Amino acid sequence: MNFEISKEPINIQSVIDKVIQREAGAITTFIGTVRELTYGKKTLFLEYQAYEAMAVKKLEQIGREIEERWPGAKSAITHRVGRLDITDVAVVIAVSTPHRADAYDANRHAIERIKEIVPIWKKEHWEDGEEWIGNQKETLAYPGGKPEGKDLNE
Amino acid sequence: MNKIMFFAHLRDAAGEFINMEAAGKTVAQLKAEVAEKYSLQNIETVMTAINEEFAGNEEIIQDGDVIAFIPPVSGG
Repeated sequence: MNFEISKEPINIQSVIDKVIQREAGAITTFIGTVRELTYGKKTLFLEYQAYEAMAVKKLEQIGREIEERWPGAKSAITHRVGRLDITDVAVVIAVSTPHRADAYDANRHAIERIKEIVPIWKKEHWEDGEEWIGNQKETLAYPGGKPEGKDLNE
Repeated sequence: MNKIMFFAHLRDAAGEFINMEAAGKTVAQLKAEVAEKYSLQNIETVMTAINEEFAGNEEIIQDGDVIAFIPPVSGG
């Protein structure tokens, strides 16, 4: 299972181990963590919710996109759900490729796509309230009611 | 019968899911109906999935389809 949603803390090394291959000359690892301050506002903790079955499918789709665009690449992604405290690890993405430039590019692709098409949401809890966050990338204007073109099929 | 699932702020307003007859309706019709019934906010920014795949507003819902309303995502 290279693409997972986890209710437990993510073991970073276990995600990296999934992409080890003899053909690889590089593995890049992205670790998304819970930030305390966003534009000066202090977060107490976060809550992540996922539509798990669909989220796993969409993570798998991102994995296929990476294999098609960067031949020889292998990827693995685990995203955490539930309550997370400041500095906790929310997502780990590992990508291995024959050459290092591709490993960086493909890893970047994965996190950007997570923010577009994977049904996972975070709720910020502050001292003075709480709110579900959306529209991080300001890509919410889907006139047809869904992601179009490359978002669906890439 | 159809299962309609809610997430994020929609879940806070409407609960985890409801069961209702939605066969024959378009996604847009169902969305408008449910939004009014549960006073859902920002429904125009909400995407829809049918059986775990994104679906357009004009798609017709079939009996047994699982529908999910997907607010703008914020993972990562």
